[in-house]
Amino acid sequence: MYSDAATQTTATTESETTMQADNEPEMSRQNHAPEPDVKVRAENVRLWYGQTQALHNVNLDIHARKVTALIGPSGCGKSSFLRCINRMNDLIPSVHIEGRITLEDEDIYDPSVDVVQLRSHVGMVFQKPNPFPKSIYENIAYAPRLHGTVNSRRDLDELVENSLKRAGLWREVADRLHTPGTELSGGQQQRLCIARAIAVNPEVILMDEPASALDPLATATIEELIDELKDRYTIVIVTHNLQQAARVANYTAFFHMGEIIEFNDTDTLFTNPREQKTEDYITGRYG
Amino acid sequence: MTDQSENNTPRLTGSVNDPRMRRRYRAERRFHAYCISAVLVALAIIVTFFSDIIGQGYTAFWHHEVQVTLDYNERSERIGQFALDSDLRDVASRGATRSIPRAIDRNPDLLGTTETTWVPVKGDIDQHFKNDKALSDSLEEKVNRLLADGQIRNAFNSRFFTAGDSKLPELAGIFSAAVGTLYVLGITLLFAFPIGVMSAVYLEEFAPDNKLTQTIEVNINNLAAVPSIIFGLLGLALFINFFGVPRSSALAGGLTLGLMTLPIIIISTRAALRAVPDPIRLGAFAMGCSRWQVVRDHVLPASLPGILTGTIIGLAQAMGETAPLIIIGMIAYIPEAPTGIFQSATVLPAQIFTWASEPESAYVEKTAAGIMVLLAVLLTLNAAAVLLRRKFERRW
Ligand SMILES: Nc1ncnc2c1ncn2[C@@H]1O[C@H](COP(=O)(O)OP(=O)(O)OP(=O)(O)O)[C@@H](O)[C@H]1O
Ligand SMILES: [Mg+2]
Repeated sequence: MYSDAATQTTATTESETTMQADNEPEMSRQNHAPEPDVKVRAENVRLWYGQTQALHNVNLDIHARKVTALIGPSGCGKSSFLRCINRMNDLIPSVHIEGRITLEDEDIYDPSVDVVQLRSHVGMVFQKPNPFPKSIYENIAYAPRLHGTVNSRRDLDELVENSLKRAGLWREVADRLHTPGTELSGGQQQRLCIARAIAVNPEVILMDEPASALDPLATATIEELIDELKDRYTIVIVTHNLQQAARVANYTAFFHMGEIIEFNDTDTLFTNPREQKTEDYITGRYG
Repeated sequence: MTDQSENNTPRLTGSVNDPRMRRRYRAERRFHAYCISAVLVALAIIVTFFSDIIGQGYTAFWHHEVQVTLDYNERSERIGQFALDSDLRDVASRGATRSIPRAIDRNPDLLGTTETTWVPVKGDIDQHFKNDKALSDSLEEKVNRLLADGQIRNAFNSRFFTAGDSKLPELAGIFSAAVGTLYVLGITLLFAFPIGVMSAVYLEEFAPDNKLTQTIEVNINNLAAVPSIIFGLLGLALFINFFGVPRSSALAGGLTLGLMTLPIIIISTRAALRAVPDPIRLGAFAMGCSRWQVVRDHVLPASLPGILTGTIIGLAQAMGETAPLIIIGMIAYIPEAPTGIFQSATVLPAQIFTWASEPESAYVEKTAAGIMVLLAVLLTLNAAAVLLRRKFERRW
């Protein structure tokens, strides 16, 4: 599972130098086969809610078509960081952000960036399933129609079907596409939300505790789904469930009090953590 | 456990003899009785009110008619009364023949023909049959004879619904007031609904949370508590004196009631918008919606039932309002239904008010019947609001 995942230290300037030459992801894969390419890079990200600082100098490289898990005790800033990546924090008036976040070398906080476009590249799945109070079909068709990416009715039907298939929901809902999405079970709703995110063909999917409101069976389904999705998408998942992180993530970042204490491939982080705090956390000594 | 068995009191039933427990149960029963009697008092008031109104008003939906032969000739072309057999001139309502000269004028072919028809009897005679109103002996004898002969009958009073106000109580109906009410409420809706909903959307979805918007919010809430007569004064000053809207027109009334309804619509719309859960908004934002798209595609559709419910309740309230309309001159004698928003109009409650201040006893039943109609419409509106809310309540 992690065969191609080179051991990666916390993203800092060292890793930056290695990456600088490879602007083209395609190139980088050819030239440095074992070196995974960076999809999203956070540099010195600091975030304040009013006067209180919630993130201190977060540096992180998120690798393309891999699953990166963010773990850490409650209130350590995982969600805050996640929301930086699709600029959902913009909606909170008191937020102030410094530092740099790039999506394939484009600064997403550049004034010329259109958040609408950014969010169609970076999708998000929330902790509680939040389908729109519309039909299953409309839930998925909404965003492609909004962004004008699909023209004909037939293409739209196809897109809906494919998105549902990729989210593993097609067989369960194929015969009731026009019933309200809110009438599905919690697990189905969450997969509907994933299908909805997939439908705009994003590059990155952010998931904030996507399975924490679900029962173990539905959770397992979501985890399998994440495993399949990483072939196409870059996934960042916040989770409180360490087993889940160990199961689904290629890389794991441990957050503590607004800082990344340790970032590594998941196996190493869980079996051989460098930092005492990480070890304390994963062995359940606190948090 | 051993303690209990030593005390020798049953563990679950012993409290029956405990005075403190007994007092507690007594207080409980007393409170229960108070609440039930409060409900009974309220019920009794409602029942009394309805039975009183219905008892007074139901007779207005029936009236007595006399069979007459109308004679269209040269004399009745000038004075309608001459169309009647002289014996019936003091029985049939004057209103029944009032329009004959005009009818002949419009259709000269009528001249020389006769027509047998039923027309309302004079109000006093109707009241004689209904409430034993005293008549002169000769007249009383005559109408009793006509009744016995079947020349006077008790029939459904369709006139009450198709005629406007009249100085002759036997001819008066609610039609002009009902049409006036429709015009006024139509204007109220057109004025208050878009402004109210848009203000609420702005305040709830777009406005930053700062001192200014908080002040606006508090003031809107206060506005809803302002006595309606003050809105009448505002309407008078603003629409009639400043903008020159014709006095006592449906437009002036509709706008004035619109001012009154505005805060109700704003408040209920904001409540409906707030009831839409934030995750729906966040989900839409995360799909790349702009704020306006979030509102248009997700928040408004989800909150529409709530908005409509609030609007219906606001309109129902406006429909029952009289005080502000008195101020802008809508308590007037309006026999003809308005055909435009600039014409003088009156509304149902104002019509009821006018009838209630008439001295003649025939208007008492009209007043009560008007109240019945108004209440029926209001109850229907409120029921519609409740149904709407039930049917579409929270689908997430
Ligand atoms: N909208 C907000 N306004 C003000 N402070 C906030 C807001 N959201 C988060 N915070 C604060 O920022 C800090 C980080 O919160 P965040 O939600 O990112 O933590 P988290 O790691 O996701 O926690 P959890 O695991 O409980 O979800 C917390 O101290 C929190 O109180
Ligand atoms: Mg969180």
